[in-house]
Amino acid sequence: MPAEPPIDTPRHLFEAYELLAAGPIRPIAGGTDVMVQITGELGPIPERMLDLSRIDALRGIALEADGLVLGAATTYTEIRRSALCREHLPALVEAAATIGAAQIQNRGTLGGNIANASPAGDTLPILLAADATILVGGQRGERQLAAAEFFTGYRQTALAPDELILQVRFPLRPGRELRFRKVGTRRAQAISKVVLAIAWRDLGAPGWADVRVALGSVAPTPIRAAVTEAVLEGARPTPAVADLAAETLADELAPIDDVRSTAEYRRTVAARVLHRLLRDAGGW
Amino acid sequence: MSTFRFLVNGSPAEVEAPGMRRLLDVLREDLGLTGTKEGCGEGECGACSVLLDGQVVDACLVPVCQVEGRIVRTVEGLALAARQRGELDSLQEAFLEHGAAQCGICTPGMLMAARAYLDAGGGPDEADIREAIAGNLCRCTGYTKIVDAIAAVAGPEGA
Repeated sequence: MPAEPPIDTPRHLFEAYELLAAGPIRPIAGGTDVMVQITGELGPIPERMLDLSRIDALRGIALEADGLVLGAATTYTEIRRSALCREHLPALVEAAATIGAAQIQNRGTLGGNIANASPAGDTLPILLAADATILVGGQRGERQLAAAEFFTGYRQTALAPDELILQVRFPLRPGRELRFRKVGTRRAQAISKVVLAIAWRDLGAPGWADVRVALGSVAPTPIRAAVTEAVLEGARPTPAVADLAAETLADELAPIDDVRSTAEYRRTVAARVLHRLLRDAGGW
Repeated sequence: MSTFRFLVNGSPAEVEAPGMRRLLDVLREDLGLTGTKEGCGEGECGACSVLLDGQVVDACLVPVCQVEGRIVRTVEGLALAARQRGELDSLQEAFLEHGAAQCGICTPGMLMAARAYLDAGGGPDEADIREAIAGNLCRCTGYTKIVDAIAAVAGPEGA
C-alpha cells in the first residue's frame, strides 16, 4: 500500500493556521493531485498532511458587489452546477467540464488547481484572463494576490508555506466577453497540450479594450501573452487582425517538447485556436 | 491510527486505520470488499469507482479520513435490494444481456459510474452516457455495448 503519513482534520481555519505554522505540513482537499503524487512516489512523501475537507469557510459560491467569489474548496462539479457561475462566468463552467471526468470533477477543487500550479492547470488561464485575485490567509493575516502574479515559476507560487488559499475573486466587468478552449489528446480525462482563454470588452467603433490572452501548457507557468494582447487592444476581430494576432502569438510563445506534445504542435495549435476564437468573435 | 465510521452499502462500518489510507485499500483490505478493483491507482482509469454520498469518485484518490460519517456504495451494494428477490440490479442485468463485460476489470467501476448517472436522472442520450463514463477505461469492449446497456436501463421502460 502507498505511504500513509499522519493527517489532521481541523474544523476551523484558525486550527488549520496553527498546524501550518507548526509545519511542514501538506494540505489536501479533493486529493486528485496529492494522492497521485503519494501513490506514484512522485517526489518526497509529506511528513504530515492537513485535511481541508471539513472547513466550511473554504466552501461556497457567492455574488458580491465587486465580483463572483468562490471558496477554494469549491469542486468542479459545484462550479458546473452553480447558477451563479453559469450566468456570470460560463467560461469557467466550460473549463470545469473539461477537467478529468465525473470522478475528478466531484473531488478536485479550484483552490487545489491553483495550489498545484501545474502549467497545464485548466482553470488557471481563466483566472489570468478574468483578472482574478486569490485571497490567501494564515496566522500572519490575509493577503489578496493578483492571479497574474501568483505563479512565479514551474510549480512555484507566491503562497507561503504557512498560508492557505481561501477564495478566488472574479471581478465582473460590464460587457466583458471571456472564451475558453482546451486541446488535449481526447475530450475527457486528458491533460492539456494547449489551453487558451481570451477576454475583451467590445467598445464598438474604438475597438476592443482590456484584452487578455492567457495560456496554459506552453510555458513553465500559466502565462499572459502580452505582445499578442497589444495587437488586439484597440482593434476589431477582422480577418487581417486575426492573422496578425495568430502570427504574433506563434512568435511570442516558447513552448517545449515533452511527453504530451511538441513545441511545434503547441505553437501551431495555440495560434490556430486564437485565430478560431477571433473568427467566432468577428462572426466571419 | 484512528477509528473511522461510515456506512458501506447500508451497513455501519468501523475501521482502525491511518487517516491517509486510501478508501480503495480500506474497502479491499480492511473490509474484504474486493469487488472494487485497483487499476492505475492514479485516478485515470476509474476501475475503483465507488459512490460517496451518491457521487462517483475514484476510491484510490480518497483518504479514509474524508469518508468519516459518509455513505459509501460499492458494486457489492448495487444488487442488495434486488438480491433478496434473487435478482441482479437492472444495470447488471443489462450488462449481461448486452455483452457489456469481457475481462471484467472495468465492470464494477463502470457499473458505479453508470449508477451515479442514472440516479442523477441521466437519460438514454448516447453523448450524455459517454460523458458519464468518460472516466472509466475499458480495453476490451470498445464501449459500444456498455453504452447500449446503460441506454437500455435509462430508456423509457428502464429502472
